[in-house]
Amino acid sequence: MLEILLYIQIGLCAFCLYRIIRGPTVADRMVGIDIFGVLVVGICAIMAITTDRMFLLDIGIAWVILSFIGTLTLAKYLSGKKLNE
Amino acid sequence: MNDMASTIIITIGIAFNLLGCLGLIRFPDVYNRLQSATKCVTLGTCSILLGVFIHYGFVDVGVKALIAIPLLFFAATVGAHALVRGSYIAGIKLGKKSVKDDYKEAEK
Repeated sequence: MLEILLYIQIGLCAFCLYRIIRGPTVADRMVGIDIFGVLVVGICAIMAITTDRMFLLDIGIAWVILSFIGTLTLAKYLSGKKLNE
Repeated sequence: MNDMASTIIITIGIAFNLLGCLGLIRFPDVYNRLQSATKCVTLGTCSILLGVFIHYGFVDVGVKALIAIPLLFFAATVGAHALVRGSYIAGIKLGKKSVKDDYKEAEK
């Protein structure tokens, strides 16, 4: 059962990839990248149950923080400011 | 018992993720896409982490999943707010069916 859910969750990443590739503006691509990061955390959490490896949740927590920093940096770039303002 | 409950909660979370990603595909402009995708996917992933916590209980992995829930919640919402403000300042237009722009009136 959980393996099927894991495959569905991996398949959802294809929607984000579609939006990253086809996005008309740069903000659409950034939304796709942001949502992609959140989906990967879900994949790590389900794989922690199915493979019974504990370290995958650590990867998930680190991924949340790195995705947050990346999103803030891209938003700052999009609003036209320097990074030290 | 714990397996059953955690599987049900993870299924609910993946249903929310599916609806959010469907909104990411179908909605017309960037603001609608951001609203749909961020709310649904954040709630769905928090639900998945809650399912992991119920599956393991109060051992180290379960507590790590419980810590990840507020971290993910605040990171996703703050990131989405910064993203929508940056894209408004960059001058990306609203969709054709949008009728009201409150942020422009508040700027005056």
